[in-house]
Amino acid sequence: MNAPIPNTPGCRDVPLLKERGQREVFCGLTAIVWLHRKMQDAFFLVVGSRTCAHLLQSAAGVMIFAEPRFGTAILEETDLAGMADAQAELDREVEKLLSRRPDIKRLFLVGSCPSEVIKLDLEKAAERLSSAYGPAVNVVNFSGSGIETTFTEGEDACLAATIPSLPSTEARQLVVAGALPDVVEDQMLGLLEALGVGPVSVLPTARADQPVAVGPNTVFALTQPFLNETHAALVRRGARHLPAPFPFGEEGTTAWLRAIAHEFGVSEERFNEVTAAPRDRARRAVAQASAPLREKSIFLFPDSQLEIPLARFLTRECGMTALEIGQPYVHRDIVGPDIDLIPEGPVFSEGQDVDLQLDRARAARPDLTVCGLGLANPLEAEGLTTKWAIELVFTPIHFYEQAGDLAGLFARPMRRREILQLEAEA
Amino acid sequence: MKLSVWTYEGPPHVGAMRVATAMKGLHYVLHAPQGDTYADLLFTMIERRDRRPPVTYTTFQARDLGADTANLFKTACQDAYERSQPEAIIVGASCTAELIQDDPGGMAETMGLPVPVIPLELPSYQRKENFGADETFFQIVRALARPMERTERITCNLIGPTALGFRHRDDITELTGLLIEMGVEVNVTAPFDATPTDITRLGRAHFNVLMYPETGEAACRWMERELDQPFTKTVPIGVGATRDFLREVGEITGLTPKIDETRLRLPWYSASVDSTYLTGKRVFLFGDGTHVAAAARIARDEMGFDVVGLGCYNREQARMIRALAKDYGVEALVTDDYLDVEARIEALAPEMILGTQMERHIGKRLGIPCAVISAPVHVQDFPARYSPQVGIEGANVIFDTWVHPLVMGLEEHLLHMFREDFEFHDDAGASHHGGKAVSPADAGDPPGGAAPRPPRDTSEQAKDAGQVIWLADAEKELRRVPFFVRGKARRNTEAFATERGVTEISVDTLYEAKAHFAR
Repeated sequence: MNAPIPNTPGCRDVPLLKERGQREVFCGLTAIVWLHRKMQDAFFLVVGSRTCAHLLQSAAGVMIFAEPRFGTAILEETDLAGMADAQAELDREVEKLLSRRPDIKRLFLVGSCPSEVIKLDLEKAAERLSSAYGPAVNVVNFSGSGIETTFTEGEDACLAATIPSLPSTEARQLVVAGALPDVVEDQMLGLLEALGVGPVSVLPTARADQPVAVGPNTVFALTQPFLNETHAALVRRGARHLPAPFPFGEEGTTAWLRAIAHEFGVSEERFNEVTAAPRDRARRAVAQASAPLREKSIFLFPDSQLEIPLARFLTRECGMTALEIGQPYVHRDIVGPDIDLIPEGPVFSEGQDVDLQLDRARAARPDLTVCGLGLANPLEAEGLTTKWAIELVFTPIHFYEQAGDLAGLFARPMRRREILQLEAEA
Repeated sequence: MKLSVWTYEGPPHVGAMRVATAMKGLHYVLHAPQGDTYADLLFTMIERRDRRPPVTYTTFQARDLGADTANLFKTACQDAYERSQPEAIIVGASCTAELIQDDPGGMAETMGLPVPVIPLELPSYQRKENFGADETFFQIVRALARPMERTERITCNLIGPTALGFRHRDDITELTGLLIEMGVEVNVTAPFDATPTDITRLGRAHFNVLMYPETGEAACRWMERELDQPFTKTVPIGVGATRDFLREVGEITGLTPKIDETRLRLPWYSASVDSTYLTGKRVFLFGDGTHVAAAARIARDEMGFDVVGLGCYNREQARMIRALAKDYGVEALVTDDYLDVEARIEALAPEMILGTQMERHIGKRLGIPCAVISAPVHVQDFPARYSPQVGIEGANVIFDTWVHPLVMGLEEHLLHMFREDFEFHDDAGASHHGGKAVSPADAGDPPGGAAPRPPRDTSEQAKDAGQVIWLADAEKELRRVPFFVRGKARRNTEAFATERGVTEISVDTLYEAKAHFAR
């Protein structure tokens, strides 16, 4: 632990293995599962098919909430055949919904594969509904369709859609974009406050009545590596990005905070004073939790877009060797600082041909494979140890205090395989 | 357009996947965008399957739409054939691909693949998962099965079990044993574990056993017509139904119905005195039509419950369920809207729900025990142990499963006696379940969520004609009624008062009503 940063050139210039074939990934609608918990006065109305509703239900895993703040307006034969005016139908469903749920202040009309293919204009619908129900209810549209978005890109599309209508400000300030669990968000705000960085606001906000303002003197940091459109939308509003490795693990968190501290002129002394104790805790926690991972190899299938920053954490802080790092898309502007830190060696792949990638994984025999839910059990049955990736977006993993937990998420499947003893005692 | 929160059934192509995944040597090429690959996890996670479903998705993207999605389909189809070397291929479209009208069936047929290619037309915007499974299996049978010489010994096919079915795996084992005892061998079980080659041999059987009409009826009707194979109409879930089923098999085959009852425990368990407390328990049933119909009979005739309501989510069975409800003197609920089901359960305030995964959630919210009798189900309903629903062991399993969520007999009496005891009270819950008891002092809000509604201040509402108000003493007395009958006591008392034009309910009214309704 605490090994000095290796003198390898990093992977910034490594060519990508680009593949096109069957992609085994979720669509952007899946992001609704966590976004609706984060935005507590928002309702996500998917305009789509029974498949969309079934996906949300299956991806949510368990149906914890009796009446969740998301639903699907299921298109029927009459909507498609032009027998019914889909816009009028939508108005009717929204009216029913809002009269039943007066607590809703933000309504997201979420486009799906079918609504995109039939070119149902949800932007027009959002404008119309906004003027009908505003200002009490703000109606915004974005697409979570699987022909345009992959898994976490749904969050990106959602956040990006809210940015054009944010109020303007000339104030010098920091905006942090990316949905985080409340406990982690509070830890982050605590660290920034201790550093004397402020004012700070966070996207998305829990409630509509506390909007974030943005303008030319705004700088922003991202906590999630999949916020490509959000990045672009903030830049269009005149804000400036602070590129940094993502705040996973001790090293990532420190680098992320340091980029902000540097921008806000925080002294090195102050920085060390604030971060020394949590850094030390994080290092110790990672050292303990990552023991089963040391000198083990890892293969990451494309899933959540977190793969590159996580590979950086796993290779540099947990002592693993990355064999392949797959991502649905690679946005070098955003994950570049993480790529720079990854020691040379792994294959970086973008996109997917799942059968070919499975062949590579089988040939490489990694000690741990990170993959989606559809692949995990079949690979376990073939004798490969897996970590299902969706847990990484449903679990608090950012910043110092979660660094040990993050290592633990990867270590648990390895430990499990170790402890199960089913043979007769010799 | 209709707003849906949770769905009982997936889209029809998921039904097709249930057939493809159940079978061996069959591959499904599905024209679909990438998001539709979520369906794999239904099988690998919920059912814990150890291999990927044999499905190739074309996973077209927005940029492909203007270009050549048709070619993408052909490539995917060719690759899938070369990689999996299946005995037969089914091809179709998911909801999005249906809109772009590429005609996967037509394209695949022109590709000259050396195996049968079976096109599927599954209207995604009209029909649902069960239809998809039924239609897919029917198309496979129609394409591959031919009349042929019967087996020498009397054999049948078991038709209907699929992947992701409720206890289909164990039902096959139980049913096979039951038939063997009677002298009938199983020729082919399908789709579960059958290969396309097995499907070509369906015609050898003397008759078909239709295990689940939801997923096998269209095929059975076709085989009756084209292969001259009669099929059984009774689904052998429950003791009475199992006996009826064997009689039906006897009528078809000329064999004498035989049943080895040494393993059968439900009748004695039901008759034994400990089960007295089950008498007249008010149950509500919801699920697929087949399982609900079977469960209703068991509930009333074999457990001694009182069926207070029933319904199904698959409208294919609506007529049968409506007729059944009439027979039981209740109103049928045919809906796929989870909120309608919740509202009906809330209104009926049953003491137990026999339902699906969804009703388990409803029950949890309303504080009503629930046992699962039908798909859709979650991972815990694919148990490691042998636990069929059909036949003799099925009846035993059902007895255990249904009794388990309830508070046990003597425990229930003790709760009656000491209902305000500081430790032994309604909200302590059943002693054999987990979860920490809420002491009455800690429970601020309506305890246990047990009463259908928190005690109401009804004085405001009394202005409405026909409304009755509860006097404070009566309200307090009502709260002493154990939670599992409190809703019923409230409704009965209110009905009693309204009938007699009484506008204020006193303690006396409560006990007058109790005497009136006493059985």
